Amino acid sequence: MAAYYQQEIETAPHETIRALQSERLAATVKRVYERVPLYHRRMDEAGVSPADIQSVDDLPKLPFTCKQDLRDTYPYGLFAAPLRDVVRIHASSGTTGKQIVVGYTKNDLAIWADCCARALVAAGGGPEDVVHVSYGYGLFTGGLGMDGAALKIGAATIPVSSGNTKRQITILEDFGSTILCCTPSYALHLSEALRESGGTKEDLSLKAGIFGAEPWTNEMRRQLEEQLGIRAYDIYGLTEIVGPGVAFECGEQTGMHVNEDHFIAEVIDPDTGEVLPEGTQGELVFSCITKEAFPILRYRTRDIGVISRAPCPCGRTLVKMTKPRGRTDDMLIVRGVNVFPSQIETVLLEQGYSANYRIVVDRFANFDTIEVQVEINSGIFSDIVKGLDRKEKELEDALRSLLGISAKVKLLEPNTIERSTGKAVRVIDRRKLLD
Amino acid sequence: MVQQLSVFLQNERGKLAAITRALADGGIDIRALSIADTTDFGILRMLVSDTGLAKRILEEQHYAAGITAVVVVAVPDVPGGLAGVLSLMAGGGIDIEYMYSLIGRGEKKAYMVFRVSDEEKLLRLLAENGVDTISDEELDIR
Repeated sequence: MAAYYQQEIETAPHETIRALQSERLAATVKRVYERVPLYHRRMDEAGVSPADIQSVDDLPKLPFTCKQDLRDTYPYGLFAAPLRDVVRIHASSGTTGKQIVVGYTKNDLAIWADCCARALVAAGGGPEDVVHVSYGYGLFTGGLGMDGAALKIGAATIPVSSGNTKRQITILEDFGSTILCCTPSYALHLSEALRESGGTKEDLSLKAGIFGAEPWTNEMRRQLEEQLGIRAYDIYGLTEIVGPGVAFECGEQTGMHVNEDHFIAEVIDPDTGEVLPEGTQGELVFSCITKEAFPILRYRTRDIGVISRAPCPCGRTLVKMTKPRGRTDDMLIVRGVNVFPSQIETVLLEQGYSANYRIVVDRFANFDTIEVQVEINSGIFSDIVKGLDRKEKELEDALRSLLGISAKVKLLEPNTIERSTGKAVRVIDRRKLLD
Repeated sequence: MVQQLSVFLQNERGKLAAITRALADGGIDIRALSIADTTDFGILRMLVSDTGLAKRILEEQHYAAGITAVVVVAVPDVPGGLAGVLSLMAGGGIDIEYMYSLIGRGEKKAYMVFRVSDEEKLLRLLAENGVDTISDEELDIR
């Protein structure tokens, strides 16, 4: 028997949810039209007034919001609530050094916690559980997002945050953690570290893992379930919408239920912007319909996926989305951190390198590595080894401070990276993250 | 002081052959050569018959190259000859970045190439202590 956190919503007939969505969408559109200058202008330009948006069917009349809009309005330009009502700010790295900044009212935090709590309960979580949160606590939404959810269901939360793998293993063993929340690659890293320390899954009390913030395959799921003795559940989200908890996996493990009472999902053709029928692959677009501080509408995620309303044996009627199957842009997710090649390019140019570079992402011992290969030039070259080492180090430091994760730098001879006539192939991803 | 040519080398088979071939085709004679290697890359350092021309040739072929001043010292070719020169440098507060030897032509002298923290200071120090240095002209380097 499946357990639900909010059964009346999670198993409601679609018509009920749709009526709720329509009502909430109309209210949100009115709110942003009145409070957010960018939406006011965009809607005027499109010839749409709040009165034109009465139901979900009217959604395609609204213009899209994209990441550039968030950068252009940095930091608070898209906030639909005054700062006196905002109780939390989160941020994620942006492409040109500017961060994406989002805000939450008290009510927004409660909604967010509900969304993630549904994921925890779907993974078998309850008040007796010990929830081990290894997502980073801080500006990143992962840590505090799952923390809020664990509090909602009354579980004992261990706010371990990220890093210090050895201590994480000790805590997993000694504190009897039952549910692990982190990125799937870090979970694999933990299982590796457990084995190296001579421990086995029998030394742990884990029963479930909720893994997100980066793409992972069903092969990784099998590995994690086998090595940690758990069931591994996917969770989807992005800072711009709310953080983790936009969609979550149930025991069927065949896709993620979108929290439709808070976020409306659409799939569009990324080239034309046309809405595609359910079951067709395209770019995922979400609209927030309950948030007060940061209710963005028709946000283009750049994630490619499919949504489907085929009945789910778990009893939930919430629409399901597949794991993202790729990106419509060149964003990489490395150790849960969003990395854009253009960010790396900016640093290279600032440091006197050419724009001839290659980014090689790989996974060794379940740990994502990123290597930036860049051509040297006579201006940077030194006849002394330690001079070149220093150059590499300076570049590594600059990349770490911008990206928030460490990247290795490898200098190459000039003219060794192939010049392409069309769009340059800058990224070599050897991780094979998509099934 | 002597002008030295240095070149960035990727650790790849055939690189050194290609560079020396390019120099040979340009009529460049190599007087001395040393390679520093790390796990990721190497640095080739050379004294050549025409440093400026050699740099142009290599840059045309897309190598990253540089010219730096080094000091070529005529070290007495007797036991303790090098030790004496090195002690002198240590005592004079001169740091050595790297050094290598050159096939000597002098009578009872071994020629050593030094890349140091302060070339002017080294030249003064050597002169004061009667240690000979070798010039561009003597090595027939332009």
